[in-house]
Amino acid sequence: MIESALASFGGGLLALAEETGQFILLSRSTLRWLVRGRIEWRQTLIQMSRIGVDSLPVTAMTSFFTGMVLALQTGATSKHFFNTPLFVGTVVAFSIVMELGPVMTAIVVAGRAGAAIAAELGTMKVTEQIDALYTLGTDPVRYLVIPRLLAFLVVLPLLTVISDFTGILGGLFVSQVKYDIPAIVYWHDIVDNMEVRHFVHGFLKTFVFAWTVAMVSNYKGVSTRGGAEGVGRSTTAAVVVSMTLVLVLDYFATALLNAAGIT
Amino acid sequence: MIEAKGVVKSFGSRTILRGIDLRVETGETLVIIGGSGCGKSTFLKCVIGLHAPTSGTVAVDGIEVAKLQDEHDIADYRRRFGYLFQEGALFDSMTVAENIVFGLKYLTDIPRSKYRSIASECLALVGLKDVEDFKPSELSGGMKKRVALARSIAARPSYILYDEPTTGLDPIMSDVINDLILDLQKQLKITSIVVTHDMKAAYKVAGRIAMFHEGRVLQIGSPDEIRRSSDPRVRQFVDGSSQGPIKMKLKEFDAEGSQAHLASGGKS
Ligand SMILES: Nc1ncnc2c1ncn2[C@@H]1O[C@H](COP(=O)(O)OP(=O)(O)OP(=O)(O)O)[C@@H](O)[C@H]1O
Ligand SMILES: [Mg+2]
Repeated sequence: MIESALASFGGGLLALAEETGQFILLSRSTLRWLVRGRIEWRQTLIQMSRIGVDSLPVTAMTSFFTGMVLALQTGATSKHFFNTPLFVGTVVAFSIVMELGPVMTAIVVAGRAGAAIAAELGTMKVTEQIDALYTLGTDPVRYLVIPRLLAFLVVLPLLTVISDFTGILGGLFVSQVKYDIPAIVYWHDIVDNMEVRHFVHGFLKTFVFAWTVAMVSNYKGVSTRGGAEGVGRSTTAAVVVSMTLVLVLDYFATALLNAAGIT
Repeated sequence: MIEAKGVVKSFGSRTILRGIDLRVETGETLVIIGGSGCGKSTFLKCVIGLHAPTSGTVAVDGIEVAKLQDEHDIADYRRRFGYLFQEGALFDSMTVAENIVFGLKYLTDIPRSKYRSIASECLALVGLKDVEDFKPSELSGGMKKRVALARSIAARPSYILYDEPTTGLDPIMSDVINDLILDLQKQLKITSIVVTHDMKAAYKVAGRIAMFHEGRVLQIGSPDEIRRSSDPRVRQFVDGSSQGPIKMKLKEFDAEGSQAHLASGGKS
């Protein structure tokens, strides 16, 4: 019993170590191709529009509701303590711009576009299309990975800005309808307290998330093994691993930015 | 010239190739035959460098792909090859024409304006027309195979590795493809390796035929030598008989059990 449990734990560790190694190799080769600068712009544009179009409706909707629920809770809590809803705009905007906008957008895009990337590249892998790229004189990292990574690095920050906005609008909507807070008060709560560095804090984190989600999805895709079942496994793994890493790295990125005074 | 010396390839604990020694002279067509799963595709992938041999070497014009480090050198090496994948491996997000000309951008400096006519020419060579704007998913199995063949010859490589070029084609179309392989070899002096199960095709296109068996080259010789081989295993294979030394071995392990299983009406 114990022996077999230990064996499977050891096997798991080995597999994790091997995967980490492979992931590092892929990242290294990605960096090398980036430095070389021979970029497939057409592919990058195609990926940008795909990721953007795929993810925009769902990110806008989730952030609108996030803003709504934040306003609802803030209003209820401050009403409980002060008998009147206070600083709803401030709380909504700070929470969204610094944390929830970047993190939720990254997670939603991981589930939408990250999964799509893992599934597409996984299918290409198991049907030997990735091998075919080699034989036709190009490199899968150059042709597939880099365009998707660049697209993520451009589109995820944009989507985050949009979702910051829709989130704040969602908060405004609930403030007005539920608590009769005038729009002017809501906006004042925001602009009086918020500074550019707060926005920058959230915005910088999106680049970490974009890199993470893109590279994990790319890696899971190109390392797929074992037919249709393998494609399913890679897709799930891509989403689970990217979401987990986004949440974990969010803590460290925040700590780092705080230490650098960008809070 | 392609020269394989003692090529061994294992996947995990399973050893597929157990020491392949082969030499394909420049301008020659070597046909590889052998049972399903004996490692023919694996060998082709070792030649082009998609697999690294576990031990042994493959050298093409004296260059060993497994030893190359720089991505540019590897790309240069692969540039010389056309590779027909067994399952075609067409890019399913692209049209037929885009598939065929895909490599031209990376492998040649042919201007983009010529791409369309090159695609049509290559399609004509494999007996297809008016399918340029189809997606691979809209083609039949045999058509896919021929589009894949058109793609592997589009950049005029000096080596072509064909993995079962005629599988899934009707007999007439198979012969058209055999003629194409012969023409490419005669007119353009292309060096090629053809993996096939189709003995008629093998006799027609081969300079020499090599039979793989249990991870080794069992016999290599001219089509006539193979046709008149005295080795019972080669005889059995080229005659396509279920009776003989090869299947006997299978039977001991496998077929007998499943026949007993069938006889009992599938209840076990
Ligand atoms: N990537 C891989 N990982 C693990 N095993 C593999 C891999 N590729 C091939 N094999 C194994 O190697 C053996 C030989 O495969 P290969 O595709 O070379 O056979 P083949 O001679 O081309 O057969 P066929 O005539 O059916 O195409 C098979 O048993 C297969 O299971
Ligand atoms: Mg094969």
